[in-house]
Amino acid sequence: MMRVRSSAIVMTLYLLFLLIPIYWLINMSLKTNTEITSTFTLIPATLTFANYVTILTDPSWYMGYVNSLIYVVLNTLISITVALPAAYAFSRYSFMGDKHLFFWLLTNRMSPPAVFALPFFQLYSSVGLFDTHIAVALAHCLFNVPLAVWILEGFMRGVPKEIDETAYIDGYGFGRFFIRIFMPLIASGIGVAAFFCFMFSWVELLLSRTLTSVYAKSIASTMTRTVSASGMDWGVLAAAGVLTIIPGALVIYFVRNYIAKGFALGRV
Amino acid sequence: MDKTQNNKAWFLVLPVLVIVAFSAVIPLMTVVNYSVNDTFGENEFFWNGLGWFEDMIASDRMHSALGRQVLFSAIILAIEVPLGIFIALNMPKKGFWASFCLVLMALPLLIPFNVVGTIWQIFGRVDIGLLGHGLASLGVDYNYTSDALDAWITIIVMDVWHWTSLVALLCYAGLQSIPQAYYQAARIDQASRWSVFRFIELPKMSGVLLIAVLLRFMDSFMIYTEPFVVTGGGPGNSTTFLSIDLVKMAVGQFDLGPAAAFSIMYFLVILLVSWVFYTVMTTLDNAETK
Repeated sequence: MMRVRSSAIVMTLYLLFLLIPIYWLINMSLKTNTEITSTFTLIPATLTFANYVTILTDPSWYMGYVNSLIYVVLNTLISITVALPAAYAFSRYSFMGDKHLFFWLLTNRMSPPAVFALPFFQLYSSVGLFDTHIAVALAHCLFNVPLAVWILEGFMRGVPKEIDETAYIDGYGFGRFFIRIFMPLIASGIGVAAFFCFMFSWVELLLSRTLTSVYAKSIASTMTRTVSASGMDWGVLAAAGVLTIIPGALVIYFVRNYIAKGFALGRV
Repeated sequence: MDKTQNNKAWFLVLPVLVIVAFSAVIPLMTVVNYSVNDTFGENEFFWNGLGWFEDMIASDRMHSALGRQVLFSAIILAIEVPLGIFIALNMPKKGFWASFCLVLMALPLLIPFNVVGTIWQIFGRVDIGLLGHGLASLGVDYNYTSDALDAWITIIVMDVWHWTSLVALLCYAGLQSIPQAYYQAARIDQASRWSVFRFIELPKMSGVLLIAVLLRFMDSFMIYTEPFVVTGGGPGNSTTFLSIDLVKMAVGQFDLGPAAAFSIMYFLVILLVSWVFYTVMTTLDNAETK
């Protein structure tokens, strides 16, 4: 019994450590700026939703979320679509240069976005894609496509090859087999890969900030607006932060049992 | 699994190849191009050979940024890996509380990087933050905007807060895959808690642990947003890591040549480590399936 109790204490302490900074953010978002700067209170003395109202009624604020969501969804769709056949190829066939290709994909997941920021800016400017949603979506493919290929390959490996062979003997063509039989089999894998693409595109700031200026401005760069001549607008900044946590908090529940597998690039 | 030899599989890989080539190879070639040329503006370039590389290798600026970066990654790994294992060992094994812990622990992983920075920026401030204010009222002289050591501590605690859960989640997944029979055998042998950990749990976790270590190494090695939001690389240059320095050089000062040479060398370091990662991982994969 002693051990159970000590591990409960450890977990409680750790979860408190994780949650207190988030609590503080939520706390700040419900205060007025005067209260934030003048007094120090653990819970808001005067509860106010004014900060959230500011964000949700001002187009230049909430369009940041809309823009972010657009390029994130676009990116997820592109990544999964191109990654599915490739992951199948890697899991089923050996072909010339497959190992090198797989490694090359991995290096893209590991390459620092800072290296690519400037060339991306110039590349997309020169082809007229600068400040569009598709530019950010394509740029995020740099790390999301390799990630999706890796995760999907991990899941596909678990499907026995006999299923493919039986389907081919039964007269299924590749396309029909893939969509009708194979994709339902790895549905959870597709879900996890999509979730991770969504997440990594959502949390990335550097490239999305570099590639957008007005029309496709992401929430990350919108948040820098709170620094103004009259000083920091802490309340609105905190409220904007809370709103960015919500999508993650919502979807996390559905993939809770696969999170580790996804982060391990499909290798648990 | 035995794989069929079939070069037509290239057609299936083709879309990935095209899209990654567009978003990785073309930009990389631009960088290579800049790194060997010099310019006086107006899009006129002339050949500079390896000049920029020599400059960058000799520059103190890069050395100190690299030094800080290596130190940062080393500290991060030294804290997060043992702590992550420890947390994983203490997690509930199944039932409601296991899901509860999983969801809460994953929460920091899914917060946008700049918001992570914002959270700690607010949390640590002496005037309005719980941490800063609490420390100040305890009489600790803490101010991350003016004291280099405090800035470092803040950024390290922030990274531990942000990423320890990743290590813990991976280790937890590794622990879950250990059959109960192993523990029963250990109980019959009257193995101590330590030897259960040393001879059963640790070897079984080694695969995921390797991934955890390397993911943490990579991501801490290219950390940009979080310290940028919290300290902006300061005070002075004390928290200017490689990525921050690179962006300063390329976008801030528009020193394209040196920045490009810097990028290439940075990328080569990453490439080298990725290769080690990949080799070790595939060797482990093969050892497991045999």
